[in-house]
Amino acid sequence: MEPVIPQPTPFGLSLRTALTMLAFTIVFTALMAGTYEATQSTIAASAEEAKLQLINEVLPPASYDNALLRDELKLAAAPELGLPKGASVWRARKAGQPVALVLEAVAPDGYAGKIRLVMAVMQDGSLGGVRVVEHHETPGLGDYIDPKKDKNKAAPWIEQFKALTGQAWKVKKDGGDIAYRTGATISARAVTNAVARVAAFARSEQAHLYQQGAQP
Amino acid sequence: MNSYNYRDIFWNGFWRQNTGLAQLLGLCPILAVSTSVVNGVSLAIATIVVMAMSNAVVSALRNLIPYEIRIPVFILIIAALVTVLDLAMNAWLHELYMVLGIFVPLITTNCIVLARVEAYAAKNPALPSAVDGAAMGVGLMLVLAVLGGMRELIGTGQLFAGIEMIIPGAHAVQVLPADYPGFLFAILPPGAFIALACLIAGKSWLEARNKAAQTSTGAGCVPAAH
Repeated sequence: MEPVIPQPTPFGLSLRTALTMLAFTIVFTALMAGTYEATQSTIAASAEEAKLQLINEVLPPASYDNALLRDELKLAAAPELGLPKGASVWRARKAGQPVALVLEAVAPDGYAGKIRLVMAVMQDGSLGGVRVVEHHETPGLGDYIDPKKDKNKAAPWIEQFKALTGQAWKVKKDGGDIAYRTGATISARAVTNAVARVAAFARSEQAHLYQQGAQP
Repeated sequence: MNSYNYRDIFWNGFWRQNTGLAQLLGLCPILAVSTSVVNGVSLAIATIVVMAMSNAVVSALRNLIPYEIRIPVFILIIAALVTVLDLAMNAWLHELYMVLGIFVPLITTNCIVLARVEAYAAKNPALPSAVDGAAMGVGLMLVLAVLGGMRELIGTGQLFAGIEMIIPGAHAVQVLPADYPGFLFAILPPGAFIALACLIAGKSWLEARNKAAQTSTGAGCVPAAH
């Protein structure tokens, strides 16, 4: 127990307690601020690294030679991509010639909310690949849209979009070509419809997207 | 200075006052994250670090903290330490952070951390406090590993799904036949409650049996002493 302090006034007591609290707040906020300062640049670098790794999964790094993450186009609003608050498009080029667009998109109608995607649309309109970045689909049921959770490791569901150019970008239940797993049509349908929307957007806006704010 | 029985402190956190089975504190993350062994153990590792750290720091500062405002100060310390750990892991252990990252901020909300700080670290020196925090975390790991294993095995027929995120090259083990249809119920939240109930019942049963064994051997000792 601390030594008894002779009868502090209520005002003095609250002042002393408040100052102690303030001192603790300053010390620990400084600790957090210091750590943030010390880690910030490393974190930014590894976030960029992780983003590039993800993009590599949908677009082989050998197919382009520009600094992809630097060649970024910020779209103000892109309802076609499911991102009404703005989206990023990265433009892959080889020897200055357009190769592919890497787009981020959101499928708003997953079974459990939004599904975030990243995909590459090649210059000829075919798909380089699609990856699920974030989703909340039911584990063991709808989460096969993410190849890491897909039990079919030999031919993950999401890979059927690769190099696909066909018109019927719908799940088979809706009269299209995309297979789905029984019992979890909604997840597959949400991703498929989003992919179809993004591919249509990329194709129709292609020329425009490559040129806008182009870097030398 | 008192001497502390570290074995006793450890056993207390690991079994007797196990957070998941006896104190029943911090159930929200336990139930949410125990869908697989890997998820459960990952959360537990992060919790061990946070609990050992927060207990040690609070204990070291315990004579500076006025009794009246100890709770806000404890929360401030825990939140600051979790933030520091979160940032440091993100920067220097990025691979691990990709796996544990979502769990680390979640630990701030785990009332078991505050509970041990209040109940133990505020009254004891730094080293026993750190051991107490770590032991509580290890006890949590036991529960999460078993709970995750039960739910994963019954739900999907596999064990250790997602291990390749922690140990590259390792694979999930298919325990039940590959055509096992899966039992989704085990993976959904109700499965967590039922599995946890089974574990708590199991612990009570073990303890009751041990107690009975002790009484009967004790009773058996009396005639033997004649």
